[in-house]
Amino acid sequence: MGEAKKDDWVQIFNVVLNPEERAPGLPPETAGVPLTMKVKGFLIDQAADIGDQVSIQTVTGRLVEGKLIAITPAYEIDYGRPQPELLKIGLEVRKLLREEGENIE
Amino acid sequence: MNNNPALSYQDVMARKNRIMKQAVGIDYDQFEQEGIAFDYEAMMKKAGYSLEEVRAIQEETNVGKTPLLELHNLTRLVRCHAEPGKGARIFIKDEACNPSGSFKARRASLSCYQAQKHGYKGVISATSGNYGAAVASQSAMRGLNCIVVQELFDSQDLSQPEIMEKGRACEAYGAEVVQLSVGPELFYKFLILLEETGYFNASLYTPFGIAGIETLGSELADQVRREVGKDPTAVLITHAGGGNVTGTARGLKKGGCDHTEVVGISVDLSGLHMASDRDFNRKSFTTGHTGFGVPFATWPDRADVPRNAARPLRYLDRYYTVTQGEVFYVTELLAQLEGLERGPAGNTSLAGAFAVAREMDREDVLVVQETEYTGAGKHPSPQLTFAGKMGITIKRGNPEDSVPGQSIIIPESPGQIKVKKVDLDNLKKSYLKKAAQEKGKEKLSPLEIEYLAAELKTSTGWIEDHYGKGEN
Repeated sequence: MGEAKKDDWVQIFNVVLNPEERAPGLPPETAGVPLTMKVKGFLIDQAADIGDQVSIQTVTGRLVEGKLIAITPAYEIDYGRPQPELLKIGLEVRKLLREEGENIE
Repeated sequence: MNNNPALSYQDVMARKNRIMKQAVGIDYDQFEQEGIAFDYEAMMKKAGYSLEEVRAIQEETNVGKTPLLELHNLTRLVRCHAEPGKGARIFIKDEACNPSGSFKARRASLSCYQAQKHGYKGVISATSGNYGAAVASQSAMRGLNCIVVQELFDSQDLSQPEIMEKGRACEAYGAEVVQLSVGPELFYKFLILLEETGYFNASLYTPFGIAGIETLGSELADQVRREVGKDPTAVLITHAGGGNVTGTARGLKKGGCDHTEVVGISVDLSGLHMASDRDFNRKSFTTGHTGFGVPFATWPDRADVPRNAARPLRYLDRYYTVTQGEVFYVTELLAQLEGLERGPAGNTSLAGAFAVAREMDREDVLVVQETEYTGAGKHPSPQLTFAGKMGITIKRGNPEDSVPGQSIIIPESPGQIKVKKVDLDNLKKSYLKKAAQEKGKEKLSPLEIEYLAAELKTSTGWIEDHYGKGEN
């Protein structure tokens, strides 16, 4: 068993501070939730499933324990959707420069 | 969760000064004078490096010597909406050409050099910005380990695409990225990591973090003189923690530009709370905004070092805000008219340039002193896609009507780009109010008055007139 094997690149999760341990003076929406942390590294355990408490070694060599939340986590970034509010800007200003730009030298 | 009492929030914060002293290798006590005063220039001289030394160190890791580009089409566009005889020539310093893609490489270069020279095994930096990638990249070149601590996600596990991209970049340069949910206790985790690893604190606010930017100012001065035969009339600088303003202005002065106006520009995020789990993902700019710009100007010594080397009120001649929508708009203009696709956050001062250049004479030279790299996540379309998902209204219209956290309004014409003046006198009065709190009811000594006059770029008479008067 075990979705993740030793040496897999994984991500773990930890609670750093519970709500009652947090700094004073925070806005309520922040004070009411824990401060949490995610770190990635190579799995030290022989095998583990998502949700298991595991140990990892990070690229700086640190050993960190935490709950396994992802195996080879993806970079979930992209270019999103072209924005209608931006799409005509280029056409507009090029037209403006064509029409008025000549008077400007 | 910490069962070990020595790692409780209060315990770690109580050890702050000891951890910091070990982690930056500077004894800040030697620069203290009396009361609130300290010897800023002595600190910059003793702990920092001369301009020549900085140049040599930066040459080792290919930092700086970025091109200065004249933006001919944007200048023409500004003149379309300017009075006759008005509309300054706009130049931009293409700092995206630095390794790691932003001017932050300059700031990271000296810290990593210093860490290597003093035998530290690695460096740590607390940043959700471009600085992380800069420290990671400079560390890679110097064979140092690197940890970047980021504030990344809210309690719903949502993250801004821009910060996710910066984390990816840090990993690409071989850094460990420790990602935290929203909250100022990031500093607590940062202290624990410094203590655990014994690494160097590559703070943005040490003399190294500031001296590294001085080359930007001096290079820019040389380039403008070569290009147009005179000094720049004004330099526009994106202002957040104060380092960019301080370092660039010091570099300009060292480069002999005594009359160049130093103009700070921030994105207006007024009304949003920087420690709010809710507001965190309702802003499209993670730095270069008023959430840092105002508090760091009115009291610089709130940073991760005992004395902040970034002290913007010493240098600012003018300070303006722009809106998020205006910055996205000029990012589009830069790509569509100048063929330069660059990241939005780095274009904050470019947005300001549109309005400031319009009021300047045609013979004047305005320099926008940075650009930053762009890529997936760090680009107008993913950032606005994310803003839309967070319920922010995005529309064309008059940007003056936008409300941070509720709406982003993209201008309908370049003529709608305006800057909003921040009254520097008010910021100076806020600073004095904070100074009075620090002093309790004590009177200022003559040396403290001198210090405050330099700190606020004003006269000793102005300090005496306004100190303890209770204005905001």
